[in-house]
Amino acid sequence: MNIYVCIKQVPDTETKIKLNADQNGIDTTGIKWIVSPYDELAIEEALRLRDKNPGSTATVVSAGPVRVVEAMRTALAMGADSAIHVDLPESADNNWVAKSIAGALKKESKFDVIFTGKEAIDDGAAQVSQLVAEYLGIPSVTVVLGTEYLPSGVRCKREIEGGSFEMVEASFPLLIAAQKGLNEPRYASLPNIMKAKKKEVKTLKPSDVGTSEADQKIRYKNFQLPPPKQAGKKISGDPAAQAKELVRLLHEEAKVV
Amino acid sequence: MSKVLVIAEQRDGRLKRSTFELVGASAAAGNETHVALLGEGVAGLAQELAHYGAKKVHLAENAGLKFYTSEAYSKILFPLIQSLSPSVILASHTPTGRDLMPRLAAKLGVGLASDCTQLTFEGDQIKVRRPVYAGKATVEVEFLGSGPRVATFRQNALGIPKPDTSKTAEISTTSVDLGTLATRVIEVVKGNSARPDVTEASIVISGGRSLKNAENFKILEDTADVIGAAVGASRAAVDAGFRPHRDQVGQTGKVVSPSLYIACGISGAIQHLAGMRTSKVIVAINTDPEAPIFQLADYGLVGDLFAIIPLLREELKKIKEH
Repeated sequence: MNIYVCIKQVPDTETKIKLNADQNGIDTTGIKWIVSPYDELAIEEALRLRDKNPGSTATVVSAGPVRVVEAMRTALAMGADSAIHVDLPESADNNWVAKSIAGALKKESKFDVIFTGKEAIDDGAAQVSQLVAEYLGIPSVTVVLGTEYLPSGVRCKREIEGGSFEMVEASFPLLIAAQKGLNEPRYASLPNIMKAKKKEVKTLKPSDVGTSEADQKIRYKNFQLPPPKQAGKKISGDPAAQAKELVRLLHEEAKVV
Repeated sequence: MSKVLVIAEQRDGRLKRSTFELVGASAAAGNETHVALLGEGVAGLAQELAHYGAKKVHLAENAGLKFYTSEAYSKILFPLIQSLSPSVILASHTPTGRDLMPRLAAKLGVGLASDCTQLTFEGDQIKVRRPVYAGKATVEVEFLGSGPRVATFRQNALGIPKPDTSKTAEISTTSVDLGTLATRVIEVVKGNSARPDVTEASIVISGGRSLKNAENFKILEDTADVIGAAVGASRAAVDAGFRPHRDQVGQTGKVVSPSLYIACGISGAIQHLAGMRTSKVIVAINTDPEAPIFQLADYGLVGDLFAIIPLLREELKKIKEH
């Protein structure tokens, strides 16, 4: 099987976000970059599927500025076989990214299963997975908690609201977007980190994958930090007095209960 | 004024509250508001959409639409949008909307603004803002090129207007030919919880590691049930195994925007604050007066949650009984 896994490099969750001077982006100085946590689940799932099917390969794909190669090295250290980087500007939107990844995959001899995380934790738009599938003309199943591989496709356990889930079947080739709970991602061992440095990373330009700036459909502007909150009310007294006063305020002042 | 199409969502014979938010926001701005309603045996829901301001409901019914798949929904919606040619298309950022709308936007050759929390109509255009970095910042989304403006909205972000049951809508039945499909839903397995989902609830009560174990969450559940609230949890509580990941509020869990968020024994790690910052009213209960959660709280209670919560439950009961 030819297995692909699409990943994004994002700021660590503990990052304090600062804006750049033009307020058209964030100040990336000093940011610690990580593989988006849901993408780690996608990598793990790709490696497990590869290892169950001898002769298979797992290739990691990422689109973005050159820094994203570092994230792909993490995936290679976890065990992916090779990597494809599509060099796009920092400001590329979901559509341009997805169309570029789809373009890179179309250049491959074939693809059977593509894994992604259910969303990236920076943009949080949850678009690229479905868009890659759309541009490849294949089915996608998102927010996947479990997989059962069948001869003609995959049966996925898909999380919906309120603790409910759906069992969805889709035929090969298909894209699966991973949700936490799908597996426990492995850590890269030191020898594998060393080995990863020698693995192949192919870099493609937008023109190589048939995309251009015209594929950018939205742009983020006028970035703002959340307004500082006014100091709230401290409710003191013994627990009984606190509970009584809180409910009075929620009922009479805030009018939310 | 513009022609707006809202993609309705229903499950188990009920329309989602978030659909009413979108219909209400569109109608309140004086738009010609159309709604696409897809499913099996859902015709009876159409007039309820009128109560929130729908002018016309485009109804598609078929056994193949009983459960959502992007493939089946797209086969209905894409031709409907082409013939209706709305200037704005709105959907909710729910498990269905977030799965469907990117593919639909791509078919239309336009971009998508997802998970927006602010909406204003300007002529036949919309102005939207959305959180990024899970709410650590917000941005305005500029749509490039031409074509319909497509956006999904976070649940509870727009609010629900009062329904006017005297209003009615025109109903148009859309023909359905699904052909062969590459995806199908085999079954839906219901969660055992009678409580709402954290992303849908208008009140969320969350607990942190201070709850000490899974059993102690019962005091939050008992309180939640008095006011129809959902029970959420911090990452620390989820990592400790007290609650399932689906209840996790934060950057690596669910991002919520209820009218009331009660944080119990949650110190307020930056990634948790990101997930609940847009809540309208925030209450924090914590023994540590220096906990960062208090900087965001509208009402702060320094004290032992094990003492306060049961009393809070009794006080809430009194309010509810009146």
